[in-house]
Amino acid sequence: MAIPRFRVPATAKKGDVIAIKTLIQHPMDSGFLKDKSGKIIPRMIINHFDCKYLGKVIFTAKLEPSISANPFIEFYARAEADGDFEFTWIDDKGTVTKAKAPIKVTA
Amino acid sequence: MKRGIVEVGLGVSLAAVVVLATLKMFGFALAAEAPGLHLKGVPAPAGSPFKTLYSGYQFRSAATKAMQDDDFSNPGMLAIDPATTEWSHVEGTAGKSCASCHQDVAKTMHGVGATYPKWNARLKRPVTLEQQINICRTQHMGAKPWAFKSDNLTNMTTLIRYESRGMPVKVATDGPVTPWYDKGKKLYYTRIGQLDMSCANCHQKYYGHHIRADLLSQGQINDFPTYREKAQHLVPVEQRFMGCMKNVRATPYKPFSDEFMELELYLASRGNGLNVETPGVRN
Repeated sequence: MAIPRFRVPATAKKGDVIAIKTLIQHPMDSGFLKDKSGKIIPRMIINHFDCKYLGKVIFTAKLEPSISANPFIEFYARAEADGDFEFTWIDDKGTVTKAKAPIKVTA
Repeated sequence: MKRGIVEVGLGVSLAAVVVLATLKMFGFALAAEAPGLHLKGVPAPAGSPFKTLYSGYQFRSAATKAMQDDDFSNPGMLAIDPATTEWSHVEGTAGKSCASCHQDVAKTMHGVGATYPKWNARLKRPVTLEQQINICRTQHMGAKPWAFKSDNLTNMTTLIRYESRGMPVKVATDGPVTPWYDKGKKLYYTRIGQLDMSCANCHQKYYGHHIRADLLSQGQINDFPTYREKAQHLVPVEQRFMGCMKNVRATPYKPFSDEFMELELYLASRGNGLNVETPGVRN
């Protein structure tokens, strides 16, 4: 089960560069490891992450195997107007996890 | 086949002896603490084999410390939400959840995790926190016990210990637990496995020194269950014991065995005075 966590400041001044932190619980099985009986544990990773703000995709990440479990992604954005940061994580099974964080922008 | 393994084992311990001798030859002091380490500790209580107690945190890199310090980046914190939900999840024949008896986890469990393993008057023996959770489940809720290393058990243990975060470990060693404590102490100092080593050989004598590329800690368990970067999940303390036992090529005790309970009781009491750090982050 993928449980997302994120941290976005509740308010910011217009033009401020803010840090956005995201973390999602995920095993990130690389597809290279074997289980106790010697069978390969199939690859099962989050392969895509993106963040939308004011209707535009402002950040995309393509994740690869050998990224640790529970991937933590931190990036920056410039606060322009009131709106939501919409996060999307997609894994190899096609499971889509979505989360939203609002921000208030002051002049 | 068997003989071959024994020889490999001997070879490694011989190599270790040679390395130690070489270190001495070149004037490396094998004092209790390695030079150049800036460790922050707390004064050890009376009767402790240490002068100062150091949490395992002190031996980790700046990056690992930073990961633990920030609740957001600490992946161990991922256990808190599901465990809080599980706290009020009704299960079993009695139609109860944890919350039915213990109400608000933040209030009733405040300081509780710091005192385990603890005497259980009904069973007339000390029990670990994991065992106590399963006792509650089987005896009071009429539910099935959670398995060792299961997400539910490790998450719940983490939540209860987390409610004591920042409070000093306070495990009682006197009164009825004394015989169990003594057995745990004996286990700690007994050499086991093909490498013929006790816990004390590494964690009491050589903490602060390197074991391969890693620093040995005092073996304190104030951070458990701890998120290990190696395992990439929360590790309960008994799993860590098993890891150490495999490393010295001994046969680990069974999960929830008396031996592990005694060892945990003794080890936890060696950290009396250190703050609970659950969930910690370690290599």
